[in-house]
Amino acid sequence: MELPLLHLALVGTPNSGKTSLFNALTGSRQKVANYPGVTVERKEGFFVTPLGRQVSLVDLPGTYSLRGRSPDEEITRDFVLGKASGEAVPDLVLCVADSTNLRLTIRLLLELKRTGRPMVLVLNMFDIAARRGITVDVERLAKELGLPVVTSIAVRKGGTADLLKLTDEISAKLAAEAEANSWRALSVAELRATQREADRIIADCVSLPSRPDTWTARIDGIVLHPVGGLIVLALILFVMFQAVFAWAQPLMELLNSGFDTLGEFVHATLPAGLLQSFLQNGVISGVGSVIVFLPQIIIIFLFILLLEDFGYMARAAFLMDRIMGGAGLHGRAFIPLLSSFACAIPGIMATRVIDNKRDRLTTILIAPLMTCSARIPVYTLIISAFIPAKDVWGFINLQGLVMFGLYATGIASALAVSFLIKFFMLRDYAPAPFMLELPDYKMPRLKSIAIGVYTRAKMFLVRAGTTIFSMMVLIWFLASFPQPPAGATEPAIDFSLAAIIGKALEPLLAPVGFNWQIAVALIPGMAAREVAVAALGTVYAIEGGKEAAEQIGQVLATKWSLATALSMLAWYIFAPQCASTLAVIRRETGSWTWMAVTFSYMLVLAYAASFVTYNVAVALGAG
Amino acid sequence: MTDTNDTRPHMPLGLAHRGYTGVIQHLSAREAGSALSDIELESRLIELGFVEGARVEILHEGLVGRDPIAVRVDSITIAVRRREAMAIIVA
Ligand SMILES: Nc1nc2c(ncn2[C@@H]2O[C@H](COP(=O)(O)OP(=O)(O)OP(=O)(O)O)[C@@H](O)[C@H]2O)c(=O)[nH]1
Ligand SMILES: [Mg+2]
Repeated sequence: MELPLLHLALVGTPNSGKTSLFNALTGSRQKVANYPGVTVERKEGFFVTPLGRQVSLVDLPGTYSLRGRSPDEEITRDFVLGKASGEAVPDLVLCVADSTNLRLTIRLLLELKRTGRPMVLVLNMFDIAARRGITVDVERLAKELGLPVVTSIAVRKGGTADLLKLTDEISAKLAAEAEANSWRALSVAELRATQREADRIIADCVSLPSRPDTWTARIDGIVLHPVGGLIVLALILFVMFQAVFAWAQPLMELLNSGFDTLGEFVHATLPAGLLQSFLQNGVISGVGSVIVFLPQIIIIFLFILLLEDFGYMARAAFLMDRIMGGAGLHGRAFIPLLSSFACAIPGIMATRVIDNKRDRLTTILIAPLMTCSARIPVYTLIISAFIPAKDVWGFINLQGLVMFGLYATGIASALAVSFLIKFFMLRDYAPAPFMLELPDYKMPRLKSIAIGVYTRAKMFLVRAGTTIFSMMVLIWFLASFPQPPAGATEPAIDFSLAAIIGKALEPLLAPVGFNWQIAVALIPGMAAREVAVAALGTVYAIEGGKEAAEQIGQVLATKWSLATALSMLAWYIFAPQCASTLAVIRRETGSWTWMAVTFSYMLVLAYAASFVTYNVAVALGAG
Repeated sequence: MTDTNDTRPHMPLGLAHRGYTGVIQHLSAREAGSALSDIELESRLIELGFVEGARVEILHEGLVGRDPIAVRVDSITIAVRRREAMAIIVA
């Protein structure tokens, strides 16, 4: 007889290794990092126990209690209490603890016991506890708590064997023994009592050598130094942007010449005609011009992943707290905003850790101003075409410096917008508290970094192959049809739909120095920002005619004035166009209004910034 | 754990400097002037392990106004602002 699916749920304090366990058990690749508040969604996975029982495992956001103070904690509370719509209550709750830090988890566990769900305590990170000389009397702990206790090492092969075995044993006798749920929000006195009880149990069962992690203390001595720490933070960001430029260059040139050769090959082997034009101008010039940026995407993600895994993110939040607070931002806003450098979508999702509704909204509104990785292709393309690659002061790459400046402008405008929101709309605002656990540093694990980078690279390529490709087909079509009448002397593209649309929009964009080709590129750029690069690639390739297409950067250098280029850079600092970000804003705020607000204010800023940039540049003689 | 030290004067943790070590005597959310309600602030502090008898040490301070502070509470490190730390009375 087939046994019914066993439902397990992972609950525990933040950063205790729930997602690592989830990945180890189900073979998934959910995001793991060394700071509290990584998981903000419910995720389900499946596995089979050694004895063949089918299990559904749910990973949940970490929480210190069941009170549900912020949207992510509400997800956990509702799931555990069975309030989530369409979800059964879990058959067994795996309460995951960081073994080096049991106090808060044991308190949570005592609270969880009141829900009446069968439960197991998983002492995760047991390797670290052992290394520090922490010993746990597991049997005694189980007796004191009245539930099974098992140790695990989520990040080591076979580190979950005991847990699997225990799951089999428990599932065999798991009957209708579930008790009634007597949980209700704990009063302050009850909270205090549970923490006292937890401390008593720990005193009985755990022996702590009073030897804190000396490495963490030593590193923090530098990294959290009031002045030194800020210098280190600035240095890290600076090196990151220099690296994005300098290290990626050789690889990008390689990819570039690869696509050029491919284009020439297609040109030479296929007869002149629509197919040749489609492959050469639409696919290779278009999609190729985006894929070229893969090395830069990889480098930026590599940096972010390393910082996340090492445990630096929470420190950066600590250092930035007052500065962000001055702009009216919540202390927990830092990590979501930093994640937005990769992409605003996970950044906006990560705002779920912010408990105060208004603070969360402000953070969501400004997250798209953080320079996401999709802007990198646009920035790089224009910078390498217009900014000379010389060194300033002997060691700073000027192109990298301009890139850094663009990022800095994005950050500064985000802070300014936040400041204005607080100033004009939320005057009665009292600063929200900032309370964040600073986890011990952990050596970044090669495998998880590799998986993280691989996943991101794959996503980028898949996007290039789907969204960007389909946009390119559209652009190519618009730029190729209708074909010019016989005997026409003007360039063929002048007769195309693309030119008609672009020229219709041109008057609107002329004040900021954009020509009709840019106007055409901005529209499909709604689907994904880097499409603008691909679209320019295609439009100019078709316009340029039959000869093997030059690299798009070289074309731009001859077709655009410096003022136009700078104006385009300014536009992209704000660039409102990214349909997926707008969709996430709608979902997370639950309102079309805020989506519209975001779009409009960014559009206004983009236009204003470009207008000023263009006109100042022209006045200075760069027109 | 409750090695209450009666000889030292009680003071809010929010006024202590880097390097300070002490034991939590009680919580007094009313004195903090936090944006959170008294009950909410007290609940959160307890959930992060700030209960009577816990040993605390101020490990680090921020640059502006020596704020926020990184506090060692028994076996973990927590970053809090001084405003909220005013609710933690230590000695
Ligand atoms: N050495 C060691 N590290 C671990 C172990 N389990 C998790 N980690 C590390 O601990 C950190 C936190 O792991 P996560 O799985 O993201 O923790 P989480 O509980 O899902 O965190 P939230 O989603 O923020 O609640 C990561 O850096 C992991 O690599 C373990 O058993 N041993
Ligand atoms: Mg997680």
